[in-house]
Amino acid sequence: MSAPNAPATPLHVIRPATGRRLPDLREAWAFRDLCIALGRRDVTLRYRQTILGVVWVVLQPMIAGGVFSVIFGRVARLESGAQSYFLFAYAGFIAWSGFSNAFTRAAASVIGQGNLVTKVFFPRLILPVSALFSTTVDFLVGMGSLLVIFAVMGSPLSPGIVTLPFWVLLLFAMGLGLGTIAAALSVRFRDVQHALPVLVQLLLYASPVAYATTAVPESIRPWFVLNPLTGALDGFRWACIGTAAPSGVSVAIAGAGALASLVVGAMVFARFERQIADVI
Amino acid sequence: MSSSAPAIEIRGLSKAYRLGMENAATTFREAIVNSVSRAGAEPDPTLLWALHDVSLDITRGETVGIIGRNGAGKSTLLKLISRITWPTEGEIRLYGRIGSLLEVGTGFHPELTGRENIFLNGTILGMRRHEIRRRFDEIVAFAEIERFLDTPVKRYSSGMYIRLAFAVAAHLDPEILVVDEVLAVGDSAFQRKCLGKMGEVAREQGRAVLFVSHNMVAITALCSRAVLLEGGCLTQDGPAPAVVQRYLNSLEQVATVPVADRRDRRGTGALRFETVAVRNASVGGGLVRSGDDVVFEIGYRSDRDSLRNVHVDLVIHGPFDEQLAQLSNTAQRGVFERIPQRGTFRCRVPRFPFEAGAYRLTLYSEVDGDVADWVIHATTLEVEPGDYFGTGRTNFEGQGHFLVPHEWSASD
Repeated sequence: MSAPNAPATPLHVIRPATGRRLPDLREAWAFRDLCIALGRRDVTLRYRQTILGVVWVVLQPMIAGGVFSVIFGRVARLESGAQSYFLFAYAGFIAWSGFSNAFTRAAASVIGQGNLVTKVFFPRLILPVSALFSTTVDFLVGMGSLLVIFAVMGSPLSPGIVTLPFWVLLLFAMGLGLGTIAAALSVRFRDVQHALPVLVQLLLYASPVAYATTAVPESIRPWFVLNPLTGALDGFRWACIGTAAPSGVSVAIAGAGALASLVVGAMVFARFERQIADVI
Repeated sequence: MSSSAPAIEIRGLSKAYRLGMENAATTFREAIVNSVSRAGAEPDPTLLWALHDVSLDITRGETVGIIGRNGAGKSTLLKLISRITWPTEGEIRLYGRIGSLLEVGTGFHPELTGRENIFLNGTILGMRRHEIRRRFDEIVAFAEIERFLDTPVKRYSSGMYIRLAFAVAAHLDPEILVVDEVLAVGDSAFQRKCLGKMGEVAREQGRAVLFVSHNMVAITALCSRAVLLEGGCLTQDGPAPAVVQRYLNSLEQVATVPVADRRDRRGTGALRFETVAVRNASVGGGLVRSGDDVVFEIGYRSDRDSLRNVHVDLVIHGPFDEQLAQLSNTAQRGVFERIPQRGTFRCRVPRFPFEAGAYRLTLYSEVDGDVADWVIHATTLEVEPGDYFGTGRTNFEGQGHFLVPHEWSASD
């Protein structure tokens, strides 16, 4: 005699973690509601706690745009290829923020949720992914402000604008992938947290955010294009303000970089995932 | 419902932690040094077996209490079953969806409203959004917070907060429910409501409930069966009353070890309890009687030059390990702002209000908000009958734990 709906085979079998594991994407998908709930919480808190929430999001690229246009446009007299250096730097910084926020927030997501991780089970991969929500909202606010500036300056939108989601996707994917790697490593090695801001700063100056790819000397430009961010950032700016289009090679490198960082991120995370609760 | 359908099967389960792993997040440099020095070395000698070769079968409809002292492996077992951490050896087979409640209100955020927290906490506990929506009204009614649904929970009283948190958890619908010491909080009426709900879950809906508690009254009331963990091994498995008795007997043995030598303590060690003594200030000596002035003297030591913001408290447990009273400096006078490296805490209780009987004392301290030292059942306390009312008479034995100042009168 057996109870109704008592499964004859176990629903889960828990065994010691052995060897290499592949990320369990199906289980992560089953927990999508949690991912959304955590993302929603981040967004709610971010915009509820500070009255200036929206203002901060806009102020940052404003300041960066202003500083960059003075230093690189006026002092160094670099050529941006856009109608105004400020607009050029502003758009660049919004794209950059999309990447760097996805990166740093995903990286901090696991350590920041130590309490959850030691008290409930859920696929830990949810954490870096959910960090993408607030990044997206911040990005949309930034884009809104860019459109306002466009309207004020009376500039026409370039037809390339329809490709914008593609470039944004590349930037987010790279940020998320790298952030997931950093999140997994930071559980085991606390110095990752200290190294990260330095790395982000370096990437900012190594990528065409404050200056145009065309301003890079021809001799080192091939190296420069190897940075997957180059293609994505140039593409983004081409789509919104009509600067020079990225080369096919740089777009291909950006696409490959985005895909690779996602795959490597998921693999590294799966490798460290099971240690998280023991170490945190 | 048949009792033969399995819910959980555990076989040879062991869990080892590398010592010091708790805060182990190392730096790259240490990792490199370690990997070099460990190459070709024998097995790591600093493994700590939190759980060793545990086998256990639980069927549907059973409520099983897990008891044992701190560090016996209770929490580790629950964490393994809850899939929060992974075993070193052995296997767990779970026949059904598991819901674990290792803490009340995991993921609650003070800035979010009651409504928002219900959805957040519910999804964290593993419910789908549509399930929460379906049971939303039930949850709100169970928590009795209808009027405060859209108020941030930081404005809730602690009672409301706990009611809401438990209400969400009580409406999880898992086939296997795992509950850690969470009923230690909340008012007693609500505790009873929660216990009732848990009993109902097991009996009427044929689910398995695993329940960890230090409250032996709750264990015997709620569980048909109990298992005892000692030093990571499962040493007793049987009807709850018998296992509880065996556990209580083992406590007596522990309490005779001097506090300074106790190893089953928790905390940062910023402060360590060394001695604990009870003195009868009314008549001198160490014999404690109801109604006399009693002073607890707790010697401590620290490696630091001076200690700041020190919270210390003493919990008095009854025969079933239930917590009867808490004597805390924070509540009575505020934390000790600055105390020397070593010294003695004194806590005077005028007209000692406990009936004759055997009690146990737990010592707990925090320094600057971090748990510094925590020794459960640091010592036993024998209270002899005394002249509490100044009439030379005492109450009947075993009719209660407390003596309360009172006056009787009669009129027509």
